[in-house]
Amino acid sequence: MKTVNVSLVGVGGQGIILTADMLAKAAALAGYQVKKSEIHGMSQRGGSVTSQVRFGDHVASPIIQEGTSDVLVAFDRLEAVRTAHELAEGGKAVVANVDLVPVTVSSGIQPPVADLAGRLAAALPTAVVVDAMTIAREQVGNERTMNMVLAGALSKVLPIDESYWLEAMKLMLTGAKAKLLPANEKAFALGRAAV
Amino acid sequence: MSTESNKPQKAFLSGNEAIAYGAAQAGCTVASAYPGTPSTEILENIAKFKETINCEWAVNEKVAMETAIGASIGGARSLCAMKHVGLNVAMDPLMTFCYVGATGGFVFVSADDPGMHSSQNEQDNRNLAKFARIPVLEPSDSQEAYDMTQAAFEISEQFHVPVMIRMTTRTSHSSSLVDLGDFKPKTRDLIPYVKNIQKTIPVPAFARGQRLAAQERTAAMEKASAASALNRVEAGDRRLGFVTSAVAYQYVKEIFPEFSILKLGWTNPLPKDLIADFAKRVEKLVVVEELDPVLEDQIKAMGLAVAKHETELNMMELNADRLQNLRNELLGDVPKAKKATPDTTLPTRPPTLCAGCGHRSVFYVLHKLGAIVNGDIGCYTLGAFAPLNAMDTTICMGASINVSAGMKKAGVKGRMCSVLGDSTFFHSGLTGALSAFYNGTPVTTVVLDNRITAMTGQQDNPGTGKTLKGDPAPVTEIADVAKAMGYKTVVEVSCDDLPGLEKTLAEAMDSNEPALVIAYAPCRIAAKLTKEGLCEVDSAACKACGACFKLGCPAMTRGAEVRPGFFQMKIDASLCSGCKQCQQLCKFGAIKRIK
Repeated sequence: MKTVNVSLVGVGGQGIILTADMLAKAAALAGYQVKKSEIHGMSQRGGSVTSQVRFGDHVASPIIQEGTSDVLVAFDRLEAVRTAHELAEGGKAVVANVDLVPVTVSSGIQPPVADLAGRLAAALPTAVVVDAMTIAREQVGNERTMNMVLAGALSKVLPIDESYWLEAMKLMLTGAKAKLLPANEKAFALGRAAV
Repeated sequence: MSTESNKPQKAFLSGNEAIAYGAAQAGCTVASAYPGTPSTEILENIAKFKETINCEWAVNEKVAMETAIGASIGGARSLCAMKHVGLNVAMDPLMTFCYVGATGGFVFVSADDPGMHSSQNEQDNRNLAKFARIPVLEPSDSQEAYDMTQAAFEISEQFHVPVMIRMTTRTSHSSSLVDLGDFKPKTRDLIPYVKNIQKTIPVPAFARGQRLAAQERTAAMEKASAASALNRVEAGDRRLGFVTSAVAYQYVKEIFPEFSILKLGWTNPLPKDLIADFAKRVEKLVVVEELDPVLEDQIKAMGLAVAKHETELNMMELNADRLQNLRNELLGDVPKAKKATPDTTLPTRPPTLCAGCGHRSVFYVLHKLGAIVNGDIGCYTLGAFAPLNAMDTTICMGASINVSAGMKKAGVKGRMCSVLGDSTFFHSGLTGALSAFYNGTPVTTVVLDNRITAMTGQQDNPGTGKTLKGDPAPVTEIADVAKAMGYKTVVEVSCDDLPGLEKTLAEAMDSNEPALVIAYAPCRIAAKLTKEGLCEVDSAACKACGACFKLGCPAMTRGAEVRPGFFQMKIDASLCSGCKQCQQLCKFGAIKRIK
């Protein structure tokens, strides 16, 4: 099988790295070779964050070449537009309908994007936009499960059976975190239903 | 963690986690480090094996390395880890320990940061291993990080030499599946300590012999490297033969899968016979390595022809895209047309100080006071950027105090101070503070005391009351340290008290004597204070004067535009921590804490 490239982008603190972990573990459980890469450190302080997962029969490079992501998962619309060029021809984009205002804009140093919805539609015309935050807040009752709503949506476009995703989630939520499992499972199921 | 079975265990690990597992499996029993991206998780994960590995956060990398040296001389297998610039701090012990030599296996990890994702410079520390005449192992993924950590201990004991494992941001922070074999953290009996001053006291008479021995050892290690399974040939199309190491190997496999490869895992001393033999079997030799041409220069010095290319490979982070350019050049392939280019018209999203961070108010005040601010290494380096704009210099850990001292000695006039964090003060601020005091240099040192090593992800330090293992520890108060040095002016002030900060900092900078100000506010992430409270703006009272926006808090957004270019402030409830810094700047009482 050709290696599948998944880029996950957003803002530090949104649960991007955890989502990438879950995807990587699900891919490994499904029997694929898998590599995951990310940058920590200074970028975690409210800056743009990218995590990348590659899986297939054989994976060499841990990072994805520019413009070759088969799937782009964006946790924020501005970050989706910023990284749209990473998506390959015919690739799929899953975008959360979330707008975190960069401090450069809120402090008036840089102008805001006038028509973000229009820019997104132009940059990623076939993007699946998921109301992930609303679903997490109103249907799950926990904003922190926004990433699992997106993971559910992502699971619909990747060749990894749902059972492996749920198994990966169980592996990650152990001990004291096990009590978070029902909410996360619900968020994941709602994300799947949203695509 | 399950350790009972004999069946192979597979785990999905980052390179840093894999090193911790490798050290536990190798019977390492002592480990020490100072946190530094991208190396920090090595010791954090070693702490999971604290039953067998006596591990700690040292106050700096020199201390960490010397502690590991002591353990090795004492007969234990020991490890220390650091980011690339950390090795600069630890070079002093290394350059003599490479003469003295290891007893118990001694392994240190240098995690380099090609492309400077989270560092102030770019260094290829393989140069320093070559300088010290010690072996370097270069893992290309997590499996190799696990295997090579164990191999490094063996090599160290075989040749009585410190061994460097050279990681990079990419190998440290990429994860892949690792076959752990029969993983079982173990301890080993100490190699009995025998006093032998000819070995462990390198006075000139003994050191000269050790210098000669180091030369002989290099020749023996070169033979071992050439015969080692860590270096291997992957035969393929002979038109091109790649000599490569570390993650660069993965990029070569990605872009040049059909060609021959000499994959080097043990790169210093260079296995020259192996390379010469490989060169005979291929038409053109190409060297691909990340950062400096360490392998390439030595291979050229052997008299071998290495393919010339225009594609620059020897600085910034390597990746498959850059090797694709090399492929196009070497094979005359037609570059693929780029589908799209990045949209550069978008507002940027740089890292910022967290909402409610105590550093913010200090920088706000220093900017207001018009001070020259000599900064240091930590989250607070972000105080350099708009709208705070309150930092003039940053050099390296601990430099802030001494740079001010130098500026003062040079005669630079005006308000000036040095700003560094609590952990950085313990790391290498102590000596500068003492030196300024001793020399009577009127430096104002401002310690941003947030009671944690924050930037690297909240690690403990001598001020936190806790060790790496999670045990309680005595707390060192920086005020007590300064008083013990003899400082007459030692002032503690809360970062949440803006008028108090302004008065204290102005007085300290305007006095003509060494002063130490402790600006205290716990790191909100570490102290779990990110949702301590919530403030709200009364839009009827807000005059859109813009005073609060000068703090640059990420929880502030623009509200209604009252006059052209003048916006009311609105607080994002999901980000506000309730710190009340903005409230103190509002002359109209428009900001209230509601929770």
